[in-house]
Amino acid sequence: MTITRRQLFGLTAGAATVLAFNPKMSFAAADETDAAIKAFTGGAEPAAGTVSLDTPEIAENGNTVPVGVSVDSPMTADSFVESVLILADGNPSPAVATFHFTAMSGVAEAKTRIRLAKTQNVIAVAKMNDGSTYIDRKEVKVTIGGCGG
Amino acid sequence: MFSRREFLMAATATSALLGSGMAGSWSRLMAQQALSEDQLLEMAPKGQLTLVHITDIHAQLKPIYFREPSINLGIGDVKGKPPHVTGAVFLKLYNIEAGSPDAYALTSEDYVALAKTYGKMGGMDRVATIVKRIRADRGADNVLLLDGGDTWQGSYTANQTLGQDMVTIMNALQPDAMTGHWEFTYGTDRVQELIEGLPFAFLGSNIYDNEWDEPAFESWKMFERGGAKVAVIGQAFPYTPIANPRWMIPGWSFGIREEDIAAHVEEARSEGAELVVLLSHNGFDVDRKLASRVDGIDVILTGHTHDALPEPVIVNDTLVIASGSNGKFVSRLDLDIQDGKLAGYSYRLIPVFSDVITPDAEMAALIDDVRAPYESDLSRVLGKTEDLLYRRGNFNGTFDDLICQALIEERDAQIALSPGFRWGTTLLPGQEITFEDLHNACAMTYPAAYRSTMSGKMLKDIMEDVGDNLFNKDPYYQQGGDMVRVGGMGYTIDPNKEIGERISDMTLLATGETIDPAKDYVVAGWASVNEDTEGPAIWDVVENHITKNPVVKLPDNQSVKLAG
Repeated sequence: MTITRRQLFGLTAGAATVLAFNPKMSFAAADETDAAIKAFTGGAEPAAGTVSLDTPEIAENGNTVPVGVSVDSPMTADSFVESVLILADGNPSPAVATFHFTAMSGVAEAKTRIRLAKTQNVIAVAKMNDGSTYIDRKEVKVTIGGCGG
Repeated sequence: MFSRREFLMAATATSALLGSGMAGSWSRLMAQQALSEDQLLEMAPKGQLTLVHITDIHAQLKPIYFREPSINLGIGDVKGKPPHVTGAVFLKLYNIEAGSPDAYALTSEDYVALAKTYGKMGGMDRVATIVKRIRADRGADNVLLLDGGDTWQGSYTANQTLGQDMVTIMNALQPDAMTGHWEFTYGTDRVQELIEGLPFAFLGSNIYDNEWDEPAFESWKMFERGGAKVAVIGQAFPYTPIANPRWMIPGWSFGIREEDIAAHVEEARSEGAELVVLLSHNGFDVDRKLASRVDGIDVILTGHTHDALPEPVIVNDTLVIASGSNGKFVSRLDLDIQDGKLAGYSYRLIPVFSDVITPDAEMAALIDDVRAPYESDLSRVLGKTEDLLYRRGNFNGTFDDLICQALIEERDAQIALSPGFRWGTTLLPGQEITFEDLHNACAMTYPAAYRSTMSGKMLKDIMEDVGDNLFNKDPYYQQGGDMVRVGGMGYTIDPNKEIGERISDMTLLATGETIDPAKDYVVAGWASVNEDTEGPAIWDVVENHITKNPVVKLPDNQSVKLAG
């Protein structure tokens, strides 16, 4: 035996496979994601566009995935982004972060790093000062890796 | 050009006269007479500048055999489109006569017979002859030589010198820029050391510093050739830290980052670029998608997936050029710039027939020089093969069958896993297997052959994961390798399904029993991306196996069944 099973799991599949094959948990997360979006928008269906996510197609390291979000807004007293909700719909708990802005922020942009348990959608919902809401969704793949070339 | 029948008739006639041993060399002589260096290199010049592209050399300094794949499936929108055409379909698509030199160079049809006729391909001394001739024909100031990467890895001497032999050779060839992929498997320090010494640009627009999240390499460079301003943007393999060990380059992050490319295109145009070139290691399907989404790129010189196409594929006014691998081809793209933009082109994928193209004497001497310290090792004969040994193909290759057999027997395992690399050269039936040949199939910086237990479920997860790297319908989620090769276990794959549903009927071949998700199996493999993987180097494992079984004869591999 040269590498233990635990090492192999720890270094490759990680928690991903454990969660990936637990449908109950996935459904719970999906429901929770929908509920979180509705709570944030006040029940409204957010429109596509205006907000955009910057995520890698495939995560290099599921434990720390860079996620950027930007909202197209003049950021003036009349028209600005109030907040942006970030969700990961396949994590045990989908809530990741909420960024708050004011017109003084100048631009509505934020970057963070998040942990993704498995391949899933990262979701950003932006709420404007007039109450309108926008959504973007990007799939980020978390792989076991190791056979490209 | 000779038809295949003429060759066969000639071969038969000579073998009757002179004994069978002579047939090969006589027909090769005919091939040399039928093909001339002038014929291979002559091209009516067009426009004022020429791009010369070579990629995925994988450290092959000497002529080699390299069999193109017989199975290369395209998924979704690219099904049946180049490069996802092989064999007779490829010949028909490009109107190439069966048995012709082009058929030999570009497909696996009648591979062994044609290989014996037309001989080995490649050799950096032959490549040097071609490059020098293009520079002489077009004027050196009108030529850009661009290296698409995967240059520094793939041979014993490259591994021993940590890439130095290839750097020495390429410096003599004087490219104007390169990008990379396997280069990074020498680790951060070594890569930086080598790049600092390069007399040309190493471009990687998509490589970022992890700590500061800012570009870690020069992204693009402006050249003046043929009186025109030419911007070259470099794109390294986007999934280097995933497909190869991330721990070797912990400070660098990659990714496709198409918005960065779009920004560089804009920047280059605003600085007066009349031609924008992407020197890419994305892989063909990724570049095809990128060309459709990013406007303003005139030419993508693609690499990574080792495809060789005799014509450009045109997407959104972008010429996508695929120049093969292992030094087997050199691309010449003549470009006509009028009124500050691309007005016309002429393209030739030059097959490097090593018996036809005269080696450049200076380069030949330099190659001998860098190989000299290792020559006695390289030429050591380990055994002989009765079968064709090759690697390329979506699901398996005989060289990997041999490696899997060695892993199972030498590591006492039930199942063997060998990565779906696309590099690795070919040996013809009857050829001796030298130490060099073996290392051409496995030379790398993380060669440990591990032995472990894995549950049936984990095996399934791995197969599904790799299957999705190859067959995801969105090219941006593909990694450009082939399917992991499996020894001791059979399976069925339906490439058109989604992850988790492609693999079925996993069977332990020794007993015929179905793989049980809950049961543990002893698995041996190599090239794990995990740090601290332990085990003997794969080349020692395979050498031991060949030494014990010096005549390689492999059973027909029918362990992978294709569904859907």
